[in-house]
Amino acid sequence: MKIIILGNGVSGITAARYIRKLSDHEITVISDEADYFFSRTALMYVFMGHMRRKDVQPYEDWFWEKNRIALLRDRVSHIDFEAKTLQTSHGKSIAYDKLILAVGSQSNKFGWPGQDLDGVHGLYHWQDLEAMERHSRGLARAVIVGGGLIGIEMAEMFHSRHIPVTFLVRESSFWDIVLPPQESAMINRHISEHGIDLRLQTELKEILPGENGKCRAITTSTGETITCGFVGLTAGVSPNVGFLKNTALEINRGILVNEYLETNQPDVYAIGDCAEIRQPQPGRRPIEAVWYTGRMMGKTVAHTICRQATAYNPGIWFNSAKFFDIEYQVYGEIQPREPENLASLYWEHAGGKKSIRLAYDRHSGAITGFNLMGIRYRHEVCEKWLHAGTHIEEVLQNLGLANFDPEFFPQHESELVAEYNRQTGKSLVIKRKRGLPAVLQFLNKQHPSS
Amino acid sequence: MQTESLSISVPSPAYTSAKQKIAIALSGIGILLILVVWAAGRAVAPVPVSLVAFGFMLAGVAVFVREEYLKHPEGIKNNGAWFRSLTARGVWGWLLGVLITGFYVCLYWFPQYLTGLIQLFDPLSRLLRGTAANQWFVYGTFYTAAVLFMGIKFIYKYRHNPYQRLRTFSVMFFQLGFAFLIPGLLLRLQQPEIYFTYFWPLSYYQGTPMAYQGYSGSGLGAFFFFFGLAMFFIGTPILTYFFGKRWYCSWVCGCGGLAETAGDPFRHLSDKSLKAWKIERWMIHSILAFVVLMTALLWINVATGKSIFQEYSQIFYKTYSFAIGSAFSGVVGVGFYPLLGSRVWCRFGCPMAAWLGIWQKKKSKFRITVNGGQCISCGNCSTYCEMGIDVRAYAQKGQDVVRASCVGCGICSAVCPRGVLRLEGADSQPPAVLSRTL
Repeated sequence: MKIIILGNGVSGITAARYIRKLSDHEITVISDEADYFFSRTALMYVFMGHMRRKDVQPYEDWFWEKNRIALLRDRVSHIDFEAKTLQTSHGKSIAYDKLILAVGSQSNKFGWPGQDLDGVHGLYHWQDLEAMERHSRGLARAVIVGGGLIGIEMAEMFHSRHIPVTFLVRESSFWDIVLPPQESAMINRHISEHGIDLRLQTELKEILPGENGKCRAITTSTGETITCGFVGLTAGVSPNVGFLKNTALEINRGILVNEYLETNQPDVYAIGDCAEIRQPQPGRRPIEAVWYTGRMMGKTVAHTICRQATAYNPGIWFNSAKFFDIEYQVYGEIQPREPENLASLYWEHAGGKKSIRLAYDRHSGAITGFNLMGIRYRHEVCEKWLHAGTHIEEVLQNLGLANFDPEFFPQHESELVAEYNRQTGKSLVIKRKRGLPAVLQFLNKQHPSS
Repeated sequence: MQTESLSISVPSPAYTSAKQKIAIALSGIGILLILVVWAAGRAVAPVPVSLVAFGFMLAGVAVFVREEYLKHPEGIKNNGAWFRSLTARGVWGWLLGVLITGFYVCLYWFPQYLTGLIQLFDPLSRLLRGTAANQWFVYGTFYTAAVLFMGIKFIYKYRHNPYQRLRTFSVMFFQLGFAFLIPGLLLRLQQPEIYFTYFWPLSYYQGTPMAYQGYSGSGLGAFFFFFGLAMFFIGTPILTYFFGKRWYCSWVCGCGGLAETAGDPFRHLSDKSLKAWKIERWMIHSILAFVVLMTALLWINVATGKSIFQEYSQIFYKTYSFAIGSAFSGVVGVGFYPLLGSRVWCRFGCPMAAWLGIWQKKKSKFRITVNGGQCISCGNCSTYCEMGIDVRAYAQKGQDVVRASCVGCGICSAVCPRGVLRLEGADSQPPAVLSRTL
């Protein structure tokens, strides 16, 4: 069987690796972006000089031939779903038995005047990184538009090269559509602490052209003109499906797929950023452009193709990021504004760079989410509590089990318990401290208490 | 050697502020003074000159720390590691490599060219040890200064990380106390000059009949001889079972101490390829076999009154001493820091590391665990692993890292942007509750 995978990001490559593990099928991965798979999430570190290109490639170059995964550097211009054939821009015609679309995202552009000028770029593809590099020499100021994960990464990137950054955020606080107010405020402070010119409640109005079709300045919704040689557009990403529009493939925002990641076309699957799940599981969204969902979908689709139909099951939501120096982890659902039925217990370190938040059901007491800033929690432990809907008080008393910070780091769980006691008049105490042996005992227990 | 550059256009020059330049200039003056004395072959006014030289170096470190670390929020400071000439195998890196290599070559084989430096540290030697300086005292002084000065720098670089602070304090303590002050004071008290933190087979002489005979008449010497043996046969398995190799390699050992402090700016230069790992396993175990065989021959020779091997065992010993003890551990091991990274000796050569590694791999609680499905395969862990372990290969599979070479420095865990790695101890692999996520 001949399997073609479009896209060599984490989704496509994971699919290829697992198909190879499970079968002897012929595998070809087509990408126009790069010869070899690299970690998209690590692009920033290449720019900052932490790593070279080869360091962000998880597999050595010999890996592909050894595993009989053919790599083709080309762009697919047309797909004939009836004839099961692809046309590439180099004029090749390639037949497939199974086709996996893992074509990723593209940076959002919301029709701003001047958005296609030279020096205006998102940060998603390797080519975006090259563009940033090209424009960085002698750059007096960069303006970044969009207060999310990519925007703050881009701010950190330019900052590492001592290039002044103005950071426009539409919302009244950084990423407050995801982060609760206290955590969001913490990141506002931290962004400013690094000397970034953070402009909250400020939108991009227009990008002004200079010589040779290059951007010269921007104007903002507050009526200001800011001179800059680079504009970063980081207001989110959306599925890269432009070239598939007006085909028989059913597309909404992304390529629509069922729980087996099958599209409406026979033997065609879509995975990763470009896929839109018709009926997502509770607590999950139809399109989730995060690293691990791509990896899970790649593995799932490989099983579906090589073994039996396997439903995509991402489990309980989790994610992580790093905002300059502050690490962020989330397990379960954390709402930016508390819904009626949920309560949240929040503790923040006096230094203002660490916090713990537990969300739980006001009535039943069941734990619903963990939000961590500057503190690491163990995925498996949080997931087990969330899955079982463990009572907040049991979680609190055993919270040491979740702590994943390195040895000798202070453990702040008792301070969170004290906060709970203060609010409720109870006198709970921490029963467990950090450490793997107790964690293993907890995880290996057959019947989780709930 | 080509530095595969950033791949994307030409990397822009790393930014250096005026005050950072002052810091470099201050240290540069200190180093220059030492070089002048080295070149002159004699030291004039050794006390003021050495004080001024070390004073300038320390002042340089202080200004650098203030500018580079204290003026900025605490966090990971690897910006520009692959851009800077010194840390990316550029001209400055090569020059530094040549300088250190040259020093080691003189130290081992041409000490007559170190006369100036020996004179320079003669007053310190008389003060500490009550005897004249020799090239080994010069070496020990430089070594200790490097661990202390660069250790201070490292502690500030990782000031947000208690594990790194404590670990660095530990290597500084053991270097200054057990590898510099105590051996010197013992000499002053007319005792054998004992380095309590170096055991056979890293200190290959310690296990030989020559060492044993040399200690005769000294209770302390005899104690140390048997203490060293006990550390090899009993201490290593027990301590490694509980703590992994790190009880020694990244907390106590002097070679490790230098690598973790002076070598830290070069840790990313280690080779991460599968081929390098293959060479490593073959090489380090061969050297362990070599030192065991060599030591055995020497003892058999003594026991049989030189009737079997005659002079061959001595030839064997001299070969090891030259090729491994000097050329590899010193010249290549440290001289090539700016080219091959800071742990070349520890990874490819050290027989003690091989022995510890066998125990760590086969019978130890120590492992680096992976936090569920949080890994984003970015590669920071692998890049900054001084031992060249491809940590990411494990992290992205959700598999515990159990590797013979891991020294437990904890930098992979520190540089991970997603909180994925933790050094810990337990007897079994955590259940793969998240297998579906990987």
